[in-house]
Amino acid sequence: MKRYVLRQLLQLVVVVIGISMLSFAILHVLGDPVLLLLPQNAGQEEFERYRTLLGLDRPLPVQYWRFASRAVQGDFGRSWYADTPAFRLVLERMSPTIYLTLAGLGVGLLIALPLGILAALKRHSPADTLCTILAVAGQAMPIFWLGIMLIIVFAVWLRVLPASGYGTWQHFIMPAVTLGAFLAPITMRLVRSGVVEVMTREYITTARAKGLAERLVVAKHAFRNACIPVITVLGLQFGQLLGGAIVTETVFAWPGVATLTVESIRNQDFPVVQCAVVLLATLIVVVNLIIDLIVGLIDPRIRVGA
Amino acid sequence: MSATRPEIAAPEAALELHISPRAQTAPPLGQPARREVLLARLSRVKWGVVALGVMLLIAASAVLAPWIAPHNPLAVDIRNRLAPPSWMEGGSARHPLGTDQIGRDLLSRVIYGGRVSLLIGVTAVGISATIGVLLGLGAGYFGGSLDAVITTLVNVMLSFPFVLLALAVVAVLGASLINMIAVLGVAGWPIYTRVIRAETLAIREREFVTAGRALGMSHRRIVFRQILPNLGSVIVVIATLQVAQVIILESFLSFLGLGIQPPTPAWGNMLGEGRVYMLNSWWIAAFPGLAIFITTLTINLIGNGLRDWLDPHLTL
Repeated sequence: MKRYVLRQLLQLVVVVIGISMLSFAILHVLGDPVLLLLPQNAGQEEFERYRTLLGLDRPLPVQYWRFASRAVQGDFGRSWYADTPAFRLVLERMSPTIYLTLAGLGVGLLIALPLGILAALKRHSPADTLCTILAVAGQAMPIFWLGIMLIIVFAVWLRVLPASGYGTWQHFIMPAVTLGAFLAPITMRLVRSGVVEVMTREYITTARAKGLAERLVVAKHAFRNACIPVITVLGLQFGQLLGGAIVTETVFAWPGVATLTVESIRNQDFPVVQCAVVLLATLIVVVNLIIDLIVGLIDPRIRVGA
Repeated sequence: MSATRPEIAAPEAALELHISPRAQTAPPLGQPARREVLLARLSRVKWGVVALGVMLLIAASAVLAPWIAPHNPLAVDIRNRLAPPSWMEGGSARHPLGTDQIGRDLLSRVIYGGRVSLLIGVTAVGISATIGVLLGLGAGYFGGSLDAVITTLVNVMLSFPFVLLALAVVAVLGASLINMIAVLGVAGWPIYTRVIRAETLAIREREFVTAGRALGMSHRRIVFRQILPNLGSVIVVIATLQVAQVIILESFLSFLGLGIQPPTPAWGNMLGEGRVYMLNSWWIAAFPGLAIFITTLTINLIGNGLRDWLDPHLTL
């Protein structure tokens, strides 16, 4: 187990370095920070002065090293717009994003687990067909549109829920449902195929042969084993879930990192964008690591076999 | 992101796409559901055919937009602004879906909006499929350090939400049609690489590849003539499903005002503009979104149908 953890940690470091390079490259290779920072009519001398001032005349590896060594200490530079450290700005907005993600995960699982298990146990029944239709429709649904339709129905027409904002539990309902609807279809399909696969295993036949009640076969033998691929995939889906949270936030004016990122893009405030990208990606990688460790803990085959 | 990820990843990708002939074994003989499985598959293929018909209609209306749209999508008619759809009180047959905030005909704009979405969807998928398949073939066939580098790259890219990457790149490059295609095309390759790599790893061990090697075929010939043709159906299925994803993402960027810029009609920016007026005029936001939904649903159904049609090993 110790070797497994160590190897996972090493992988984590590699991926985080990769992410930092990617977000560095987006600003410094694809674009030119000075062009983004200065007004277009600034003279050539101004450009050169700022380039030297910001150290952009040095070789790229040197610049990357400076960026990375500061980033490790939580220094992503100051916001060009608000003149506060970018890191603090992003960190302040992190908790609403995390709450939204958790709420969406909860709603998503609440829909996906029962329906997925039901569909798997009653394979090819009308209920299964209905679940499949829901999943196919759900996967095609652009959730920003779903969010807007929810606002029109529940906030504008029925006036039962707040249209946007943050604060009370009512504010959570529509964003959580929107994000849950994004996560549920794919998770439901995975739960279904996980349970279907497990139900054909010999230990299920054995459990039945022992005379165990079908309810117990499903709950104790099938579901627990089906959990492993589901947890693994949920870990991999976490990035997608956060992507969905980004979309959801912008629809409901949720004061999270994504709304901040979009605002910062509009203001051309690149230090904040860069910081948000790196922090969100790091969060995803860390969650993936935790999931990997959990899976390794509950399924010895993975940590030994790898 | 872990050393075990490639091993976990392959069956996961297969689960997600239901296209692995190897990861899922055929059900044992005498399985009661056998006949129903066939029936279910047949019905999905049938739905795929229906969806294909709908898709042809959507594509035709996008291509023929100048001839079938009742109005110029950019023609402003300020006296007729915010007119509701024809079936509602105050609506007129002149504007079947109503008009937007400056009196442009919504139906015409929805028809024209399809052009941008389909163009971006198809070209971006073409780019990302090409990159992804080449890298996947390279990683799977040659293995070694090339495989290690590509796999790490895939893991980095996949741990990044696609949306976030696209946002970051658009922020730097600025929003334009070409940039959108480039961003969505270049960012979308890891999913192909991951699946193609796993498939290539398996095919590499098959006898006909060994035979090819024994006959003295070059690596290039083996990869492109022996292995690639076997991956055709997998690539087609993923690419089809990805078109829908790209259309949703493109619409989202345009919705945020970071994609296709007004006044060019695109479903995403129409939805974004309509959001401002949703208190009184729900139709401005509703119909472009409905168009996105129907299009992506249709494409997904085609993708599912193709998968069932092309992959007879599949069990579900």
